[in-house]
Amino acid sequence: MSLLGPYVLAALLVGIGVYGALSRRNAVLMLIGVELILGGALVLLVSTAAAGQDQWSGGTVLSLFVITIAAAEVAVALAVILGVFRFRGEIDLFGRGR
Amino acid sequence: MTGLDLAFATFGLIAVVCGLLAVTTTRVVHAALWLVVSLGALAGCFLVMGAEFVALVQVLIYVGAIVVLVLFALMLTRSPIAAQTEVSVGPRRRVLAAVLGAASAALLLAVLVPVVAVLPERTVTSTEVMARDLFGVWVWPFELLSVLLLSALVAAFAVSRMDRPSEDTAPAHASSTDAPLLGEAEA
Repeated sequence: MSLLGPYVLAALLVGIGVYGALSRRNAVLMLIGVELILGGALVLLVSTAAAGQDQWSGGTVLSLFVITIAAAEVAVALAVILGVFRFRGEIDLFGRGR
Repeated sequence: MTGLDLAFATFGLIAVVCGLLAVTTTRVVHAALWLVVSLGALAGCFLVMGAEFVALVQVLIYVGAIVVLVLFALMLTRSPIAAQTEVSVGPRRRVLAAVLGAASAALLLAVLVPVVAVLPERTVTSTEVMARDLFGVWVWPFELLSVLLLSALVAAFAVSRMDRPSEDTAPAHASSTDAPLLGEAEA
């Protein structure tokens, strides 16, 4: 198989994710953009594994690590967002609170 | 174009279109649900590339855990179900964001497309080989990762239990989402 597909997919996902992270005012929706950027990185890692150019199954193992770190990141980020909601009553990134 | 390329293109197209819908829809819950479809299609891409374990972990952790967390956060922050325009920035900033997104995609394409290789055959890393490497070569990063997960868990718990510094009254209310009503006056 050609590696053109994975590379184009990774670039498009990162572009969409950057747009999503920059254009959202709701803090939870901004996280969705970040998830898409991480998805693009995952595609690249897995494509190196598919190319067989990684040592010690690095492509596969590192993509598992990225997924784990994404889970930890989302847990902390959502705790922070809930804390902000408790203090300000909203999670609008442009808002000045109530 | 082989069958694998065709399958990858199909899954990739679904992932990109649903990702676009997830970042542009005006209904907050729909955004999370489009993200489910996008990440599920991404798992399909991983399956086509021969990383079946990563695909399964993607479905379990991303679709099963992360999106459920996001949905919970949307519910706990009382996000409205109806369509509303103020979840996104104004049109001028949106255009700016689109330009930046397109620029980063173009930058990545410019770097990656010249090094495209056509593989005679994809390399499938079997789960057995991957497990031997994970618990052999990668065992210390793996252990470090479990410490990271534990500290993230503790930090998330600590942050969600944190009180406003000035108010020491009624810490029991701090864990409910009604807490901002308490300290509204001095905010």
